[in-house]
Amino acid sequence: MTAVKDTVEQVAGLEKYEHGFVTDIEQEFAPRGLNRDTVAFISAKKGEPDWMLAWRLEAFERWSAMESPNWARVSFPPIDYQDATYYAAPRTGGGPASLDEVDPELLRTYEKLGIPLREQEVLAGVVGAPRYAVDAVFDSVSVVTTFKKELAEVGVIFCSMSEAVREHPELVRKYLGTVVPVTDNFFACLNSAVFSDGSFVYVPPGVRCPMELSTYFRINAAGSGQFERTLIIADKGAYVSYLEGCTAPMRDENQLHAAVVELIVLEDAEIKYSTVQNWYPGDPETGKGGIYNFVTKRADCRGDRSRVSWTQVETGSAITWKYPSCVLRGRESVGEFYSIAITNGRQQADTGTKMIHLGEGTRSRIISKGISAGRSSNTYRGLVSAHPKAKGARNFTQCDSLLIGKACAAHTVPYIEARNGACTFEHEATTTRLSEDQLFYVQQRGLSEEEAVQLLVNGFVREVLQELPMEFAVEAQKLVAISLEGSVG
Amino acid sequence: MLSLRNLHARVGEREILKGLSLEIPAGEVHAIMGPNGAGKSTLSYVLTGRPGYEVTSGAAELDGVDLLTQAPDERAARGLFLSFQYPLEIPGVPALTFIRTSVNAQRKARGEAEMSAPDFLKRARACAADLKMDFDMLKRPLNVGFSGGEKKRMEILQMALLSPRFMILDETDSGLDIDALRIVSEGVNALRSPDRSLLVITHYQRLLDYIRPDRVHVLAGGRIVASGGPELAHELERDGYDKFARAA
Repeated sequence: MTAVKDTVEQVAGLEKYEHGFVTDIEQEFAPRGLNRDTVAFISAKKGEPDWMLAWRLEAFERWSAMESPNWARVSFPPIDYQDATYYAAPRTGGGPASLDEVDPELLRTYEKLGIPLREQEVLAGVVGAPRYAVDAVFDSVSVVTTFKKELAEVGVIFCSMSEAVREHPELVRKYLGTVVPVTDNFFACLNSAVFSDGSFVYVPPGVRCPMELSTYFRINAAGSGQFERTLIIADKGAYVSYLEGCTAPMRDENQLHAAVVELIVLEDAEIKYSTVQNWYPGDPETGKGGIYNFVTKRADCRGDRSRVSWTQVETGSAITWKYPSCVLRGRESVGEFYSIAITNGRQQADTGTKMIHLGEGTRSRIISKGISAGRSSNTYRGLVSAHPKAKGARNFTQCDSLLIGKACAAHTVPYIEARNGACTFEHEATTTRLSEDQLFYVQQRGLSEEEAVQLLVNGFVREVLQELPMEFAVEAQKLVAISLEGSVG
Repeated sequence: MLSLRNLHARVGEREILKGLSLEIPAGEVHAIMGPNGAGKSTLSYVLTGRPGYEVTSGAAELDGVDLLTQAPDERAARGLFLSFQYPLEIPGVPALTFIRTSVNAQRKARGEAEMSAPDFLKRARACAADLKMDFDMLKRPLNVGFSGGEKKRMEILQMALLSPRFMILDETDSGLDIDALRIVSEGVNALRSPDRSLLVITHYQRLLDYIRPDRVHVLAGGRIVASGGPELAHELERDGYDKFARAA
């Protein structure tokens, strides 16, 4: 059919990854390679106290004795950890400064990416429009954090991790590494040794954070990895909603992003954590380049009746290896996981969640929507477990996979462990191919083939999109459309 | 309006339409009747451009424009609408969203301005009321969990809101009880006008008591084997398709 051919040609001509540009800026690097000196270099650059350096060095020793995991359904050549740079920072950056001190080239970068760094720009919108505070992380450092003053007025601490280590050591020492221990896994241990920057949030007891908080991660430098570390604490009865976004330039080399995110939720507190991940996925034809996104995210529901909800829209990265999890320790605590994972071209994703029920009457809910197109591979891997004390634990899991085209793959690997007789676990899973009957039906109503795919896919992921904060749901919907361009025909 | 000349079409290796010719002038309602496997649904898919239905020779024109070189959505934007025999379910997409997206996609393709949300809602409410449909049903994902009769009503609702110029009803009467048949037929009749035409595909004469055709054709063995006025439908009801099937 000529129309299909036209569509394919048009799509081929499109710039599919629109965040693939490089910012030309003077940067400072750590010497290539990884050893104790590298760790000391990073720690010194950040002006860290001795205890932090000691913590890092211990992590480095432990990591040196560990092996890279190989159980996930992804394949990649061995990574040479000595052939990478572990610290890259804009020359002017030395921690969040006022906007006037930030390199204008950097400001233009964020402008291009559509991230509001000027508070007045956010405020200049319609009266009553939702506002959100941003922490912007560029390679290894946070370049600016907005709305800090307004947040401080209600006692909310929102700053870069580096600043937290210097300014709030008591909180960092109390909580860092208590959810994801240093030796939890190979990549988390590496992160503990060389983590560069990320966000720190503390919401004091009874405070409902007055605005959305967000961190925007940008990898820019070539030959470097990004090792973000994020720590969020919601004290008793507190509430916060947090969103992270990620992009990177198009490069032929693979770059490593090994992050650790820890959430601590005390009694009656709630954290909503949303991710819109759009790292460069590599060349769709050759599979060359792209980010290795090897991330450990875990929430500890320590307090009774605490709640955590993870929502993720994963469209980018060459390889995604990521299982945002909930440890449901407090009585009647609640964990939720809503996920959209899209793979196209040569992408590989092995993602899912772990719901670990330790406390009585704990509940969890998992809604996972995997979409595979092109020659990609998409795996859902999830664990639901109930320990002997978790009487009355309940889980509902729904895993749906949608296949577009004939060369992609979808896998569902659920693990269920019930160690007491008084829990209820439900698991539903479906795998469907985007039906040609449906496509034709929608086209008969006047939509082009591309538009028809978008409509059907948006319907497929709707339950999860509804969990995102409103202003990001629209972005996510567009992202879903863009990442599937050229997947039919 | 619609002109089909010596149309041959196949699905896979099997030739199903074998030289079908038909003229339907503007403002007329034509019915196509025929035994199972005669090629009735194939004809509706060939006209609307369903992939897998390959036209090997012949011509199909709508208002003098060759349909066969156009993609399904282009044909839709030219005003061609098919009420499906088995309407599809579209999970996660509310019926209202679906129809509004369709209306605006067609308007865009014709270079017209989008219909505003309030205008669309007003029209949708009126159409739903005409078809005695609960408006809340339009907020549910399209056709998901709907009964056969509800799906058929939803097809007619879409048709009314898209205001096509050439409408094909593929066994719209199947799955409808007598009350629903009357309501749906009234909905269809309300769309009749001098610049619109209708092709009604059915097994039974019953539907034609409600939607009165100008012409009736018998499709058998992939060709039109007989044509006549409304009385032909009664004759078929009485005598069956046997003699036509033999003629094919």
